[in-house]
Amino acid sequence: MQPQSADELAKLVQPGRVHRRLYTDPAIFDLEMERIFGGPAWVYLGHESQIKQAGDYFATRLGRKPVVMVRDVDGAVRVIHNQCAHRGALVVATEKGNTPEFICCYHGWTYHLNGRLKAVPLNHGYPSEFDPDDPKVGMLQVPRVASYRGFVFASEAKSGPSLEEWLGHMTTSFDDLIDRAPEGEIEVAGGVFKHAFDANWKVYFENLCDAAHPLFVHRSSIDAAQQQSDEVYSDGSGEIAIRQMRQNGAPYSFWETQVGIWTYPNGHSYLGDYHDDAKLVAAMQDPVFRDYIAALEKKKGREEARRILEVRRWNSNVYPNVSFMSQFQQLRVVYPITVNRTVVHTYNFGSRARRSRCSATPSASPTRSTALARWCSPTIWKSTIVLTWGCRARGPSGCRSAAATAATSRILRAGGAARIRPAKSISATCTTPGSS
Amino acid sequence: MTANARLREAAADTPDVQRCEDFLVHEAALLDEGRFDEWLALFTDDAFYWVPSEPNQASPHDTVSLIYDDRRLLETRVRRLASPRIYSQEPPSRTSRMIGNMRIVEAQPDGGRLVRSKFVLVEYRREQQRLFAGTCFHKLVPLAGALRIKMKRVNLVNCDAPLDGLVVPF
Repeated sequence: MQPQSADELAKLVQPGRVHRRLYTDPAIFDLEMERIFGGPAWVYLGHESQIKQAGDYFATRLGRKPVVMVRDVDGAVRVIHNQCAHRGALVVATEKGNTPEFICCYHGWTYHLNGRLKAVPLNHGYPSEFDPDDPKVGMLQVPRVASYRGFVFASEAKSGPSLEEWLGHMTTSFDDLIDRAPEGEIEVAGGVFKHAFDANWKVYFENLCDAAHPLFVHRSSIDAAQQQSDEVYSDGSGEIAIRQMRQNGAPYSFWETQVGIWTYPNGHSYLGDYHDDAKLVAAMQDPVFRDYIAALEKKKGREEARRILEVRRWNSNVYPNVSFMSQFQQLRVVYPITVNRTVVHTYNFGSRARRSRCSATPSASPTRSTALARWCSPTIWKSTIVLTWGCRARGPSGCRSAAATAATSRILRAGGAARIRPAKSISATCTTPGSS
Repeated sequence: MTANARLREAAADTPDVQRCEDFLVHEAALLDEGRFDEWLALFTDDAFYWVPSEPNQASPHDTVSLIYDDRRLLETRVRRLASPRIYSQEPPSRTSRMIGNMRIVEAQPDGGRLVRSKFVLVEYRREQQRLFAGTCFHKLVPLAGALRIKMKRVNLVNCDAPLDGLVVPF
């Protein structure tokens, strides 16, 4: 299909509805990859704790392109395209590791950690124009890389809004995520949960701030959890999962009047007060959670600790590809694969204090170690349950918050240039799958 | 009761290879036939059912799992499978499992057996067929004359791949 004109694209988003082509048309998907993920948007790549030491790397994707996030010898975080300058082979084949240099498996071209060419076997055999010192001959750096308090983003646009300008008010959600650690520092901990489904990436993103769906689509797990006897044995993992599922059964009036959806320029959003810690982890009865609160109060003072714990945002959705929930210290990265295929990686964070508590008690009593496990990684249970128990995506239908789609449309129409207007708040827009 | 009779009784309650294998084949049939309540009844009251997300995962407590159910959550999972509102099973999956290469790897002090087996599982639903394979560890204990599962661990060969929704238990 021919590239879309700005006028055609503009018609796809109308007051109160968006066109289904935005979720199903491969040509639109190509434009998104080119103009959003390959344009001015700041795309989340990973957390600095994943690459602590010089030479640590994490191979991931920026849109459809494979890239490597790496800690350079000078301590800087670099993001380079995972592609050999010679014949285009993928250079880094493993997801993570540590290396002094990158070596392409095809002809042995070797690169510095910053992507500059280091050595080429048989280099006398190349044409005389070949200059191994030319910075364009290398694993090319992504033009802009920035970190907000350890969260690393990259943008393929050479110029445009700064990361903080792009994030806007969402920086306060990152602050909330980090402030909850007594030591004020968090790190990726507890592995990664990966799942995949046949639907457009925006369907997932919009679902994260859709308060109208849980009571209906999660009905089977709500019923099963509400009928579950609390007398049956649990080591704690089942308990928190069941609490979570029961909470999805809150009546519509709760979702309408208490939760709320906040939307911001550039497609960002968050879901409001979903439920508090007491409902999630029986905080007041849980000795480990009480210890955690005590540690937070000791470090930050009682008043500040209370302020931190009273921030209740459910999913904070940072357009276009990352969403997190600070009560659970959980973060999801959304990878668009094709127009109708999406992969999501879910990570958990722990603070250094939490980690040392974990590793220091390998032989704790079953009850104690369970409680510790809940403290160390409460999010693990949430992600396991929600994602494992979730329904397969069934395509867009019904009312939804379409902030992500509206932002997509705006950027596409702007031709990928950094001319992004502040969005009006769109809280509930109906898709019209049948219209054309 | 004479000492010999007690020994004979103890021997009868000690799970041998054949008895363990029969048990695993029975369990697979219950799952394939959608008899999930009967499957649940195979577990002890303090059982765990675990599907790790990493090869050689050491613990369910410090690393995320695909599934980690204590008895309470396993009951909830099974009750959900019977719900008329479980849209991810509309229509239901059909599955077929092959169990093999079974070995008793450890006799345990409580008379239980740690059993290792291989499985291949085909799941069909909505014109799509999926293939799972892996290694199972069952901790089987004799209880009131029958074997029960105290722990079941399922190591999928593709445990760290991005997987579409997992609804029918392994």
